[in-house]
Amino acid sequence: MNEPLQISTTLVTPPALAPKAGMRYFTELVNILGVSTKTNDKLDALASYFALANDKDKVWVIAIFSGRRPKRAVNAAQLSQWCIEMTRLPQWLFEECYHTVGDLAETIALLLPEGNAAQQPQTLSWYIEKFIDLQKQEEALRKQFIVESWMQMDKEERFVFNKIITGGFRIGVSQKTMVNALAKTVKLSASVIAHRISGNWDPVTTSFDQLLSESSVLTDFSKPYPFYLAYALEEKPDSLGEPQQWQAEWKWDGIRGQLIKRNNELFVWSRGEELMTDKFPEYHVLKDLLPDGIVLDGEIIPSIEKKPLPFALLQTRIGRKNITKKQLQETPITFFAYDLIEYEGKDYRGLPLQSRRETLEKIVALTNYPGLIISPVIEFTEWRQLAGIRSSSRNMGAEGLMLKRKDAIYQAGRKRGDWWKWKIDPLVIDCVMIYAQKGHGRRSNLYTDYTFAVKDGDKLVSFTKAYSGLTDKEFAEVDNFVKRNSLEKFGPVRTVKPELVFEIAFEGIAASARHKSGVALRFPRINRWRKDKKPGDINTLEDLKKMLELYGK
Amino acid sequence: MLIDFTDKGLFCARAQFYIDPWQAVDKAIITHAHSDHARGGSKYYLCHHDTKPLLQLRLGDNNYESISWNEPIYINGVKVSLHPAGHIIGSSQVRVEYRGEVWVVSGDYKTENDGISGQFEPVACHTFITESTFGLPIYHWQPQNTQFDAMRKWIQLNKEQGRTSLLLAYSLGKAQRVIKNLAGCVDHVFVHGAVFNTQQALKNAGWHFPEAEKVTDGISKELFHHNLVVAPGSAADSPWIKKMQPVSVGVCSGWMQVRGNVRRKNIDAGFALSDHADWNGLLQSVKATGASKVFVTHGFQSAFSRFLNENGIEAGEVKTAFGNEEEETLPDAVGEIDTTADNP
Repeated sequence: MNEPLQISTTLVTPPALAPKAGMRYFTELVNILGVSTKTNDKLDALASYFALANDKDKVWVIAIFSGRRPKRAVNAAQLSQWCIEMTRLPQWLFEECYHTVGDLAETIALLLPEGNAAQQPQTLSWYIEKFIDLQKQEEALRKQFIVESWMQMDKEERFVFNKIITGGFRIGVSQKTMVNALAKTVKLSASVIAHRISGNWDPVTTSFDQLLSESSVLTDFSKPYPFYLAYALEEKPDSLGEPQQWQAEWKWDGIRGQLIKRNNELFVWSRGEELMTDKFPEYHVLKDLLPDGIVLDGEIIPSIEKKPLPFALLQTRIGRKNITKKQLQETPITFFAYDLIEYEGKDYRGLPLQSRRETLEKIVALTNYPGLIISPVIEFTEWRQLAGIRSSSRNMGAEGLMLKRKDAIYQAGRKRGDWWKWKIDPLVIDCVMIYAQKGHGRRSNLYTDYTFAVKDGDKLVSFTKAYSGLTDKEFAEVDNFVKRNSLEKFGPVRTVKPELVFEIAFEGIAASARHKSGVALRFPRINRWRKDKKPGDINTLEDLKKMLELYGK
Repeated sequence: MLIDFTDKGLFCARAQFYIDPWQAVDKAIITHAHSDHARGGSKYYLCHHDTKPLLQLRLGDNNYESISWNEPIYINGVKVSLHPAGHIIGSSQVRVEYRGEVWVVSGDYKTENDGISGQFEPVACHTFITESTFGLPIYHWQPQNTQFDAMRKWIQLNKEQGRTSLLLAYSLGKAQRVIKNLAGCVDHVFVHGAVFNTQQALKNAGWHFPEAEKVTDGISKELFHHNLVVAPGSAADSPWIKKMQPVSVGVCSGWMQVRGNVRRKNIDAGFALSDHADWNGLLQSVKATGASKVFVTHGFQSAFSRFLNENGIEAGEVKTAFGNEEEETLPDAVGEIDTTADNP
C-alpha cells in the first residue's frame, strides 16, 4: 500500500500577476480553441491572446502550437503513478478511466482531488522554465513540484499543465490559423510569419521580437521555407483549362523534404519540420557539390537506378539511430528534386514555376551526383492522354500525378488553384472486423480503432488496423455493435464477433516479417462499410499475397 | 431469489410483476417515464402519482394505478413500496419485501436535490440493484448551481454577440431543470414541440414552471436572438434550427464531463449537468443501503462491481436492455429520441 502524499503548500508562493499573464489566461485560450467549431472564432481568440499576453508566454504558445515542446521532465508513467498515489485508486481502475477518457492529461485532471485553486498560478513560461530546470533534479523534487502545482490548480489548468508535460497538444488549431492570428497582431504577411517561425529556434533563448524580426531569417542558416501543399483534384482535369498551361510530374510516395545549403552547411528538413540531416548520409557529399545559398524542394525516397523502392523500406531507415553499411547498400536514399525555392541566397518563391524549373534543371545537371536527381516532367498534350499515363503510376512506383500551373509562384501552405495532386485509385480489399479498441481525443469512449482479418482456409488472419473512414454516425453504429457483441476482453481490446464486413483502401503493400499475415499496408483506411456482404464473402490471404506480388516489389 | 433477471426484465415470481420490463407483460411496475424504462403494451402499470400523467402522454391510455412514496401495497403477500430516486419528476426506487427479505431496485437516480424531482433517499435493504451510468471516478459533478452559473455566462455572451442560445437537453427531466433555473436571464424561453408537450402535461398535472413558448413558423427570426431555446438532441441535426441562426449550441449532459465528447458533437459548449448519480453518489448510496449483495446494471457495471467487490461489498453485473437517455440528448446519437411525444 502506498503512503498517501503529504502536501505542503509553502514551497511556491506566487507573486501577484498582471491580469492577462497567468496560466489561467492560456487555459482559457485552450478551452476556446478546444470547443470552438468556427475557424473565425479560433482566429479571434488567438489574435486577442497574442495582443494581450506577455511576450515570453507568446513565444511558448507559438512553440507549443507548432509542435515544439520542452524536453520531458517527467514521463507519462510517473504522472500516472503520482495520480494513483494521490487518489488511492487501484491501478486497473485508473486504466479503465484512461481508456474511457482517451487522454492521459485529461484523465489525471479529472481524477485528482480538489485542490486550492484560489491560489493564483504562475505564468505559462514560468512553468515551462521550471520543467526545464527539473530535468536536472532528482525524482523526489520533480514529484514534489508536480504534485504541489496540481493542488494549486483547477481542473482546466491541470489539463493544460499535464498536456504541456505529455506533449501532443492537438486541440484543433492548425499552424495556418496560428500564423493568421499572428499576422493580425504584428502587421506582417502570413507567409513571412510562417517562414520566420519555421525551423530551428529555441523558445528558451528567443524573444518574441527576435522570433518575428527579419534577423531570425538572417542568423538561422538552417531555416526552411513553409512548404507549398496541394489539394486533391476532385473534378476532372478538363476543369483546369488548357493542358499547355500545366506541368505534370509523378507524385512520389516518400518524405517531402527541403535540402538546404547555406553558409557552407547542409540541412535536410522534413515536411513535419523535423531536421533529418543525420538520417541521410547519402546527401552529405552535396555540401561540396551544391552552390551556396540554395534551397531545393523535393522527395526523399529510397531508390535504385532512379526507380523508387517501397515506402516501408524508408521507414526502416528512419527508425534506426545508427545506419548500417548494409542499409546504405540495400536502401540508398535519393533526393528527387522538383522545385527551387532559394538560389544564390535569394528567395525564388515569387518567380513562376517555369523559370524556377529551368534553373533547377541546370543545377541538378551540374551537380551530377546519383543521390540527387530531377523529378521528371511528364510530356503530354491532352488531358485524356495524361489520364492514360496516370494509370501506369503504380508501375513507376508513384501514387499518381502532380499538376502544377506553369506560371504559378511558390505559395505557403495548402492553397487551392495552382497545384493539384491527382492520385490513382487506392487498392481495396474486403475483410471482417475482429478486434476493437476505444479511440482518443474526440473519439474517446467510442470503439473506433479496429483490427481487420482476411480468410485463410477456415481461419481468420489479422492483417491491418484502420482508424478512419467512417462517418460519426457509422462509428456510433459500430460502437453499438461492439458493445453488444464482445466475445473477450484483453485490457482495452475487445474481441468481437466476426460479422461486420468492411472494404479497406490502401496506397501500397510491402512484405513484412513483423505481421502475422506477412504484409504491411501503406495508409490503410476504411473505404466503406459493406453491409451488403457477409463474412463468407471476404477476400483471402491468397488475394493479399497476389497483390504483394503485383505491387509490392 | 426474490427478483430474477429474465429476458423480459426484472421479475418478481412470487407476486408475478416485472419492474421496467422491455417487453409487454401482465403487470409492470415503472420506476420513471423515460422511454427505455417505460414501454408500451403491458396490461397493467403501477407507478408514482407524478409519473402517471407522463406515462399517459408517452404511452397513451392504459390501465394505470398510482401510489405515493412510502405507501406500501401488498401483491400476493409481497410488500411493495416506492421511494424517491431524485432522477426526474415521479422517479422512484422500488422496494420489495417478502418474509423479511428486502430488495430495492434503484431505477435511475441522482443524489443531488434538483429542487424538482424530490430528494433521493437511500432505502435499507439486503439486496440493492443499482444503475451505474456514470460509474467511474472521472465522473464527479459540481453542484448544479455552478453549472447553471456557467450556462448563464454563456447565454450572456451569446446575447452580446446577437446569437441564439440553443440548449439541447432531454425533454423530460433536464429540460425542466434548465427552464426553471435559466428563464430569469432571458426575456423569452422557446421550446421544441417535444419539450412543450411535456411542459403542458406537467402543467395540467398541477406543476408550475416559467412560461415557455413553442417554436412555430410564426415567430420572427429576430426574437430568437438574445433568447433561449430548449430542445431535445434530435433537433440539432434537423433544419429546425436554421431560422435561429446565428446560433450557439450547448449540450447539458453528464457526458460533457469529458472533452472528447464535447468535441465529437461539434457543439459550442458542453455543460456536465446530469440526472444521474456520479461516482461518489453511487458509492455513498450503495453503502447507505447497507446491502450485503449488490447487482450493478446499465453503465460501467463491470468496473463498478469489481470496485465494490474489492472493497468488501459482494457485487455482480447484470445485463439489462436499459439504454441511456443521457446519450439521447446528443445530436448524433443512434437510437430513439423522444420525438414521439410530439404526436402522442
